[in-house]
Amino acid sequence: MDSFFSIYLWPGLIMVAQSLLLLVCLLVFIAYILLADRKIWAAVQLRRGPNVVGPFGLFQSFADLLKFVFKEPIIPAGANKGVFLLAPLVSVTLALATWAVIPLNDNWVIANINVGILYVFAISSLEVYGIIMSGWASNSKYPFLGALRSAAQMVSYEVSIGFVIVTVLLCVGSLNLSDIVYAQKDGLGTMVGLPNSFLDWHWLSLFPMFVIFFISGLAETNRPPFDLPEAESELVAGYMVEYSSAPYMMLMLGEYAAILLICSLTTILFLGGWLPPLDIAVLNWVPGIIWFVLKGSFVFFLFAMVKAFVPRYRYDQLMRLGWKVFLPLSLAMVIITAFVLKLTGWA
Amino acid sequence: MGLQAIFFYLFAFVAVASAFMVISAKNPVHSVLFLILVFFNAAGLFLLTGAEFLAMILLVVYIGAVAVLFLFVVMMLDIDFAELRSGVLQYAPVGILIGLIVAAELIVVIGGSVLTPDAARSITMPIPNPAERTNTAALGDVLYTNYVYFFQIAGLVLLVAMIGAIVLTLRHRENIKRQDISKQVARTPATAVEVVKVKPGQGV
Repeated sequence: MDSFFSIYLWPGLIMVAQSLLLLVCLLVFIAYILLADRKIWAAVQLRRGPNVVGPFGLFQSFADLLKFVFKEPIIPAGANKGVFLLAPLVSVTLALATWAVIPLNDNWVIANINVGILYVFAISSLEVYGIIMSGWASNSKYPFLGALRSAAQMVSYEVSIGFVIVTVLLCVGSLNLSDIVYAQKDGLGTMVGLPNSFLDWHWLSLFPMFVIFFISGLAETNRPPFDLPEAESELVAGYMVEYSSAPYMMLMLGEYAAILLICSLTTILFLGGWLPPLDIAVLNWVPGIIWFVLKGSFVFFLFAMVKAFVPRYRYDQLMRLGWKVFLPLSLAMVIITAFVLKLTGWA
Repeated sequence: MGLQAIFFYLFAFVAVASAFMVISAKNPVHSVLFLILVFFNAAGLFLLTGAEFLAMILLVVYIGAVAVLFLFVVMMLDIDFAELRSGVLQYAPVGILIGLIVAAELIVVIGGSVLTPDAARSITMPIPNPAERTNTAALGDVLYTNYVYFFQIAGLVLLVAMIGAIVLTLRHRENIKRQDISKQVARTPATAVEVVKVKPGQGV
């Protein structure tokens, strides 16, 4: 009985507690990311954005939450009820499940698995099911069109994301996400005489891949300018048309959790994770989690600015960009990186 | 009975139950969704045996790509359920035959490994200690050294299949407007704009 307690129960309880803590922080963060998204968008358009609930509208997302929860969920008569309700659950569960392997700081990770990056890639490739299922189960034209668009879009951009990840893995030599961050402790910056600085991170040495990953991340999460699955001027709200109240909220939550995931993945792969930007004592005293959150927020700020600036792509342009521009470019970069690493002996 | 056994039975039970649902579900889209559940549980079983790389590849390739296309096709097709149901029994003999062959092969494989446990080891590569070498690296060691030509040939076969599929489906239709980005970018005021002096009252 004693061994049962020490082997299973206690570690299990710790893991549950860690997961709960991470999820609660994540959900609160998502609430403020949503608000930030609207505020940034408003600021670009010289509006004020939400400013009524709480000081500067800080509690807007919580007011929205209450409204979503207390409204009546409407299920269309023609809908496939089981799949219709399962779809938001799938999308939110998958989006949150990926966070189990994301290292927020040195050793701050719930499951430090060998194939961390593959796990993230696998689970985020499943997120398309939430969208396809909701589009199909709604049994209505706009949602179905949205689902079809989204399926093709996400599958297309996953290919280039995969190749970007491969180049990073070539430089690192490990699939573990923490190892990817450790590998960014020395690189170009060390060569030019600025060790442990932001010049060491992969964003500089793999700059083209950084750009491709960022843009593919926008497409993968259906963010503007690639928000064709929910293009409001063509499909009303795409796959979300028939959803209301709590299921709708869960679809939105899944979407924003996926966006945050791409932001933190960009941070880990290209911006040095929790590492401080310069090797100065003052910056080294700041806890790693703060750097991680700052970098992730910076990437999200870029996401929000792109949403405010860039007009929506047409569908054929989206496919052209994915298959005819990013795929050959990332493929070429994989080969070039492999050759450079082999010839110079850096890896 | 440890935690591993509990998870094994959980994954195995859900996999078998949803495999049954794949063939018994009335709606083909439900069938494909159950098929995805089968893949998912198979990935769980791979994880339990320590084959983490295979589990993740199963997720990425089968669920993330192949099953999406399955679902895509099944959703787009207009399938007549009643007609589909009526013809089930005529395929039963073929199904039973295939089932028997698979069962016989399983008995040979499992029986063989029970009778002579060292037989598999004599023809396969030695398995490195998982504590020292992750199985991603171990697979790479074998695949890109001893079997690199087979690996390349497999890639070529896939390439041929891909080109074949493209050739079979590609058709250039007439009278369709396409966007040529380089043409658009190459346009200058000299080629695009004409300045015309219009006399009053005459038009262009």
